[in-house]
Amino acid sequence: MKAPPFGYVRANSMDHAFRLLAEYGEGSKVLAGGQSLLATLAFRLSEPSLLIDISRLSELAGITRQDDFVRVGAGTTHTMLGRDSLIQAHVPLLNDAVPYIAHTAIRNRGTIGGALAFADPAAELPACCVALDATIIAGSSRGERRIRASAFFVGLFVTALEPDEIIIAVEFPVVRTDERSVLMEIARRSGDYAMAGVALWARVDGLVLHAPRVVFFGVDDRPVLASGAGTALDGKRADAATVELAQTALDRDLDPPGDQHGGPALKRQLARTLLARAVAQILTQDKVARA
Amino acid sequence: MNTAIDIALTVNGETVARRVEARTHLIDFLRLDLGLMGSHAGCEHGVCGACTLRVDGVIVRGCLVLAASLDGAVVETIEGVSDSGEIRDLQDAFVARNAAQCGFCTPGMLMAAADLLAHARKPKRDEIREAISGNYCRCTGYQAIVDAVEAVAKARVFRG
Repeated sequence: MKAPPFGYVRANSMDHAFRLLAEYGEGSKVLAGGQSLLATLAFRLSEPSLLIDISRLSELAGITRQDDFVRVGAGTTHTMLGRDSLIQAHVPLLNDAVPYIAHTAIRNRGTIGGALAFADPAAELPACCVALDATIIAGSSRGERRIRASAFFVGLFVTALEPDEIIIAVEFPVVRTDERSVLMEIARRSGDYAMAGVALWARVDGLVLHAPRVVFFGVDDRPVLASGAGTALDGKRADAATVELAQTALDRDLDPPGDQHGGPALKRQLARTLLARAVAQILTQDKVARA
Repeated sequence: MNTAIDIALTVNGETVARRVEARTHLIDFLRLDLGLMGSHAGCEHGVCGACTLRVDGVIVRGCLVLAASLDGAVVETIEGVSDSGEIRDLQDAFVARNAAQCGFCTPGMLMAAADLLAHARKPKRDEIREAISGNYCRCTGYQAIVDAVEAVAKARVFRG
């Protein structure tokens, strides 16, 4: 199908983009990499009057280390995330997530800011942000505002962004030597959106996980922090009995609606399986490679 | 509000300047405005890969790129890389292995395969499958395509 008619303006600065967004408001859409937006326009899921192209703004480029954080510009493409040495060394979960995001041709244009603003509940990067307790920095003509990832995703394709705000960057805590993370998912075809997936972060001491953050995607209208499962795993030897308790806790953590892949029972089963696999993998992760 | 946008870009080495409707994606621009019919519009929402081509040196989905956003860009289509001879060996291998039947996916498949071979010196079969996992083929069952790409990878290594 063809997109409906709309206007197009390429913003020549961040301030220009903010002004356009303030002027045209909710009738406009921000165009970053366009890898989700242009598909939804082809389906005519929305009919904006104006697209504001921010894809060439230098203010949104770059990955930098700042004290205990790595700041990732919103315009960073998935391909750049997957190749960046700072990401590999300090935020390895993002590096691990990249191969799961669509396909090379899409990763070359899709951006982290766009993925977070679109907030697909089956997408990898929103779940990574929640698992890593990232901070999303939103800008507007009124200034900048910092939003914790756990408060950013508020519903199906709905975020805490105000209509005049654009994501500027995302800040990720630098991984410490005892911290590990894992991302895995189940999809019909490599690169498709996940039927279900999990991002797991924890401090690992031998066979014991501390303060784990277990975040599922593709099982609800937003990334879900499974706090019951996290509590069941916290501070205990992650043996089969502990994993089973954590899996049981998922019954309360998750309330998955059915979707095109199957009903709630399927989603629950996938989540239980993924949890066990993720715990097994995080325990065996190569410490030297991460140090 | 601007719904007609002026752009100037390079397509297969030639500079072209056109006025485009803002909603026109790159494939419609190439096919309808420039008459370059090699890039195929399949699903038009980024799933099938038939529209895969190069923008600024990297492969993209042409259906998920607005022509209006490409002022100053460098676009390379299947026509361009065919004429330059860059993928002659891949094309020959596709013919030799019967890796094309109806041919609808073939231009996108060749662009994806060429991208893999540019980045991986000797990809294994599962890596080849992963690299073309975003390109649907409804005829061949993929086996012959993987054979063709693998044969070219080996031949290029042998050739140095």
